Amino acid sequence: MIGRHKHLIGLEPLSREEILGLLQLAVSMKEVLRRPIKKVPTLRGKAVVNLFFEASTRTRTSFETAAKILSADAFNWTSSTSSVTKGETLLDTARNIEAMHPDVLVIRHPAGGAPQYVANRVGCAVANAGDGAHEHPSQGLLDLFTLAEHFTRVGGKPGGEVGKKEDVVPDFGTIAGKTVAIVGDISHSRVARSDLYGLTKLGAKVRFCGPPTMMPPGVEAMGATVHHQLREAVEGADAVVMLRIQHERIGDPLIPGTREYSKFWGLNAKKAAEWLTPTCAILHPGPINRGVELSSEVADGPRSVILEQVENGVAVRMAILYLLAGGAHEIDTPAPEGAARA
Amino acid sequence: MSGEIIFIEGGRVLDPASGTDGIRTVVVRDGRIAEVAERLERPREARAIDARGKWVVPGLIDLHVHLREPGQEYKETVETGARAAVAGGFTAVCAMPNTVPPNDNTGVTELVLARASAAGLARVYPVGCISKGQKGEELAEYGELKNAGCVALSDDGKPVMSSALMRRALEYARVFDLPVTVHEEDLGLVGKGVMHEGPAATRLGLKGVPGAAEEVMVLRDIALAELTGGRLHLAHLSSAGSVRAAREAKRRGLRVTAEATPHHLALSDEDVARSGYDTDFKMNPPLRSAADVHAVREGLADGTIDCIATDHAPHTVVEKDLEFDVAANGVVGLETAFAVCLALARKGAFSERRLIEALTIAPARAFGLPGGSFAKNAAADVAILDPGLEWRCEPGRFNSKCGNSPWKGAMLVGRCTHTLVGGRVVHELDMGASGQGPMGASGSGPKGER
Repeated sequence: MIGRHKHLIGLEPLSREEILGLLQLAVSMKEVLRRPIKKVPTLRGKAVVNLFFEASTRTRTSFETAAKILSADAFNWTSSTSSVTKGETLLDTARNIEAMHPDVLVIRHPAGGAPQYVANRVGCAVANAGDGAHEHPSQGLLDLFTLAEHFTRVGGKPGGEVGKKEDVVPDFGTIAGKTVAIVGDISHSRVARSDLYGLTKLGAKVRFCGPPTMMPPGVEAMGATVHHQLREAVEGADAVVMLRIQHERIGDPLIPGTREYSKFWGLNAKKAAEWLTPTCAILHPGPINRGVELSSEVADGPRSVILEQVENGVAVRMAILYLLAGGAHEIDTPAPEGAARA
Repeated sequence: MSGEIIFIEGGRVLDPASGTDGIRTVVVRDGRIAEVAERLERPREARAIDARGKWVVPGLIDLHVHLREPGQEYKETVETGARAAVAGGFTAVCAMPNTVPPNDNTGVTELVLARASAAGLARVYPVGCISKGQKGEELAEYGELKNAGCVALSDDGKPVMSSALMRRALEYARVFDLPVTVHEEDLGLVGKGVMHEGPAATRLGLKGVPGAAEEVMVLRDIALAELTGGRLHLAHLSSAGSVRAAREAKRRGLRVTAEATPHHLALSDEDVARSGYDTDFKMNPPLRSAADVHAVREGLADGTIDCIATDHAPHTVVEKDLEFDVAANGVVGLETAFAVCLALARKGAFSERRLIEALTIAPARAFGLPGGSFAKNAAADVAILDPGLEWRCEPGRFNSKCGNSPWKGAMLVGRCTHTLVGGRVVHELDMGASGQGPMGASGSGPKGER
């Protein structure tokens, strides 16, 4: 259970306290992840099935790693089809898997609402690993975690600088009052939506930026401000999330091409130096199109916390699986049972 | 029924065609309306139907239903569709031609008519295709279709994307005086959209269809109606811009009529969000914004939208119990239309008289059909509606084969208790056995969720 919730469908339904509880638990999980022997018996005997209807090596591997560190058995079920005309229905697939008694079903699906649909019809817990353009809650949580680490790192000291990635215990209170710009194809981005819900619930301000063809209606009512000029969106921001530009959007036609996109909405070293504050962090949910939304200099530069995001992703997913499979434990359990304190 | 006399007594007779609205007795003799009068002595041999507390209205007419026969009898047949119709107070329905095969030839038209005649329930008026095979390439044989019994033309379910073909359809249909009913959406603007484009779709992460997808086609076809002088009927209008365009076209005297569905009058895209991806809220055109709903209601109230049509579209759970993206479009509507629209009238969206007009004489006029009024000697097609009867909408109890209704489980107020077609009682609500007595006496029953 995550607070009142049996499933993790999105960050929109979660309260601020439920999000903070999950993030706090992820702090303990990150400590486990960094041990030389990264294995705790917490979820021994529990089964996690990764049911992926979209290719996603990164998220699937992250969930799988998280399950294995907690000693759960992790299985992958990959299906390239989701249409009723091509093979089995989603419900039949979900029921087949349910018959194998998993404790948590992790679902990635191209249709918005698919995890909720399954959650309404199966007995086990469901974790949404990304559904259409709806939500990607584990990504939203790992972004919050990474941002809190960054803000804690640079915030405590005047003139705190980026680039030195010394370990800190993230203070999630640092997110309040910060401004985060999210740049790219907002209309197709589940990451943008989950980030928006998570950030606004923790008191941050969110700017959405992209060409009008990539800006869906109604985001102001969800709490974001809308910008079409990159400079306007990133100036003064405490962090910038650059979204991946999907190549299939080019013919859609949402943009004329990557060259023009890169020129107007891509971030390179020159723009970063001129427009960003000294402590502004750069995030990307990956995989990066180098040279399109981010230049290599920026992606690999001192502001980038992209690899921290990947590491934190495992910690956050450990927390998610722990709560969804583990059942009755309070959310602020300091460390998984059986874990030797380092 | 020769010689049979029926006195429908004590009800509020609402006949917008004649302006009658008051307690009257309707006398049916030999299957025809013999008289509508205030006080009449009932002869001993006459049968009496007590309509006290109820509305007695001309049989309702629905210009837009999908009966699925031939080809998809597992969803609906002409008989089950006609049964659903009379249960909802509809005595005449227009059967859309997107069957398998489509009704682009007299063989299909004749089959539908034969099935309707065998069922002996509602009158069924077939609608023929605009284009052969609904492919949007060549005109269907309108003369043959009309002679076989078709009352209008439509490629419903699909827009006629070729402006040239649409022009020729409107032009050619003139010689047979057939209205051309259009399902308006620009497929390029629709793309992969599955609900109305707006804040609700953004939150749900579903691809949107803007109202403009309908409006550009409505505007195009109004221009073509002007060019050709053809009769254009705009099916299931859903967006404010379409209503505006239709209003302006009518003001200029073009031969344009329009319909709206109960669901587009009652529900918005926010209901899709509230439903949590319930595919019984997925239809085409999609449920639109609250502002669009308001405009459609205004259009119905001021007559821009002539009539209410259900777009009754049965689909089984096989097509509906799926991810929102891939589920079939459409909802059933014949058995809930009156209650849903009555609730809107009670909220002041339009008058009760306008409601009944939009379900009787207005659709009859739009397609030139008989019925829709209590004119003396007209066929006695009558619906007796109880405006106070509260009932739980349980799709498992529908007469339709399918239960894809956004009102499943809801308590509704207003229900048809008797339906007469040609003076014959073809439907009488069973207040006992159905377990759906007044005030939802059986309210503890299953909720109709599938």
